[in-house]
Amino acid sequence: MSTITVKPSKPSVKTLSDHELFFGHKACGGCGGSLTIRLVLKVLGPRTIAVLPAGCMSAVGFIFPQMSFAVNAMISTFAGTASMLSGIRAGLDSRGIKDCHVVGFAGDGGTADIGLQALSGAIDRNDRIIYICYDNEAYMNTGIQKSGLTPQGAITTTTPSGSFSSGCKTSKKNMFEIVAAHGIGYAATASAGFIPDLLYKVEKAKNVSGTSYIHVFAPCPTGWGYESEDTLEISRDAVACGLWYLAEFENGQFRLNHDPGKLAPVQPYLKRQGRFKHLQQTEIESIESVRDLMWKKIRKEWLVD
Amino acid sequence: MQNKMFLSGNKAVAWGVKLARPHVIAAYPITPQTTVIERLSEMIANGKFKAEFLHVESEHSALSAMMGASAIGARTFTATSSQGLLYMAECLHYASGGRFPVVMMNANRSLALPWSIYGDQRDSLSLLDSGWIQVYAEDAQESLDLIIQAYRIAEHQKVLTPVMVNLDGFTVTHTYEPVWVPEQNDVDEFLPPYVNQYAMDLDNPENLAFSSTPDDNMEFKFRQHQAMIDAKGVIRDVDLLYGNLFGRYYGGLVTNYRAEDADCVLVTLGSISGTVRSVVDELRQEGVKAGICRIRYMRPFPEEEIASLARENRAIGVLEKDISFGYEGTVATNVKSALSKTGLNIPVLNFIAGLGGRNISRKDIRNAFLDLECHRNGSSAKALQFVNSGVAS
Repeated sequence: MSTITVKPSKPSVKTLSDHELFFGHKACGGCGGSLTIRLVLKVLGPRTIAVLPAGCMSAVGFIFPQMSFAVNAMISTFAGTASMLSGIRAGLDSRGIKDCHVVGFAGDGGTADIGLQALSGAIDRNDRIIYICYDNEAYMNTGIQKSGLTPQGAITTTTPSGSFSSGCKTSKKNMFEIVAAHGIGYAATASAGFIPDLLYKVEKAKNVSGTSYIHVFAPCPTGWGYESEDTLEISRDAVACGLWYLAEFENGQFRLNHDPGKLAPVQPYLKRQGRFKHLQQTEIESIESVRDLMWKKIRKEWLVD
Repeated sequence: MQNKMFLSGNKAVAWGVKLARPHVIAAYPITPQTTVIERLSEMIANGKFKAEFLHVESEHSALSAMMGASAIGARTFTATSSQGLLYMAECLHYASGGRFPVVMMNANRSLALPWSIYGDQRDSLSLLDSGWIQVYAEDAQESLDLIIQAYRIAEHQKVLTPVMVNLDGFTVTHTYEPVWVPEQNDVDEFLPPYVNQYAMDLDNPENLAFSSTPDDNMEFKFRQHQAMIDAKGVIRDVDLLYGNLFGRYYGGLVTNYRAEDADCVLVTLGSISGTVRSVVDELRQEGVKAGICRIRYMRPFPEEEIASLARENRAIGVLEKDISFGYEGTVATNVKSALSKTGLNIPVLNFIAGLGGRNISRKDIRNAFLDLECHRNGSSAKALQFVNSGVAS
């Protein structure tokens, strides 16, 4: 297992670089994914090579001849984010270039579904790459279809509500713990609504000698059905009601970074989004009981800051 | 100076790779490719060869990783076969479209279903349109020579196209033969270090592997096609240059034998050609004017070389380990297309043989030539035959 050699100081918005490395793209207003990439690259800096698979961020960022990345960047195959990152790192190593970050930005489908195998391989080899999953909870680029990270009850275009269906039947795959189970050097969850926490975690990932993984909750106004100015609020509500959490896995130990205390009811969070509007009270209660089980486990087994 | 060694085709490939000095190797095991990556792993473990070896979890990841490494300016190698080649099919098109000059060895093997580890050429031929240069070795020596040449061709600034070096599964990959192995210094002279002006540069960042709109896309595809056409000249030049340095010339895109004055020419691909040559000699002694044209490169296709086979009163056959279900063998389709451009009406018989490792005997080859001879003399022969098949065709 690789360990972090340097304990970074907590970055703040005040010390954040004004230098933009991802701009001029065609992402929707209020996009949690593009905000995540913009912030992460500010921490990683210009000596970074980014890989993005097929998905929203490659679709909006790489339309020839209008290129939106001011760092070296390339689109990978949908399944090939992590393997292309590994190849780039091996190529850099073979040329003796060490002072360079190699980062992937893949969506939830590109990470938890089609890209999971390659990600697992990269973590197994402990290649020195940073893998960021921007999780907007469905295949948004192709038009809001269900992914392995779509939450229970959410309407997508392939899990519509109808007389025989009430949205997505499955709950989110637990990517954070799947990744941790590999014995990865550093993994974290983060949120587009908790920016200092995200910046700090990227700063830590920068200093990992092997693979690091950050799973960022990245709301999507277009796919979730809310106003584009509400992205940060939605992100914070998700954490407050316990449907998302901010945590780390380091030195074999899980740690909750932000204790929301008594969890807020999930109903207001769900009901402000079009994708959950159809849910009945019993279904909301079912989502809440799954949440409670998860939190029972977190509070029992994880360290809490 | 060259050293004579007793090597299988796969070991010869491993030696060729070592001599070509790739920076990054990514591979996933599949029969009958395995001994290539085992020998390379040993060479690296023993310090005889320095390269980054990525133990990837799939063939898709192998080629994906190679594209990443190639994008940062590394010379790369992978090897696969059959199902593995199909599993990386998406990346094949990606690598050629991205103009990554990667080199891959493919052990030609049958495709499931039914499962079979034995050889035929349906794996690579089914991916003929993936934009890769495809070359087929006849023996271990040519396998070694082709790996070294492949880098020089792929990395040529007019080409910048990936190369797939195909070896018949088991008949080439696992058969031991005496092989001349060049000295490192001589190979270094033939194959200078990889420099790609389009590689990523940390001081001048670039966005690669992007999207394009209908306003731009066709120009990229045209250039890809043009590069493949330009590769023909590069392949011929590289063959001559290599021959001048190492004494082995292969004739460029095809190798002909006793074809010049032949009445019947059999077109072949890969290792069966040696047996065919021997049958040609036998038939010549019997007064049958037989000849052979061994296609080495299926892409770019040797259109001019095949067209030059066209003669009045000559019959041409294509013997191939492939079938495009519902039509004919893919090699035959390509050969017929090139011949048709001459304006001569040349009869072509297509012999489908060796599928799933079925033996192709001397008798089968003799019969093919005799069919061609009959056909030339006006007797009808079946245009498409499944050779040595237990099912009536």
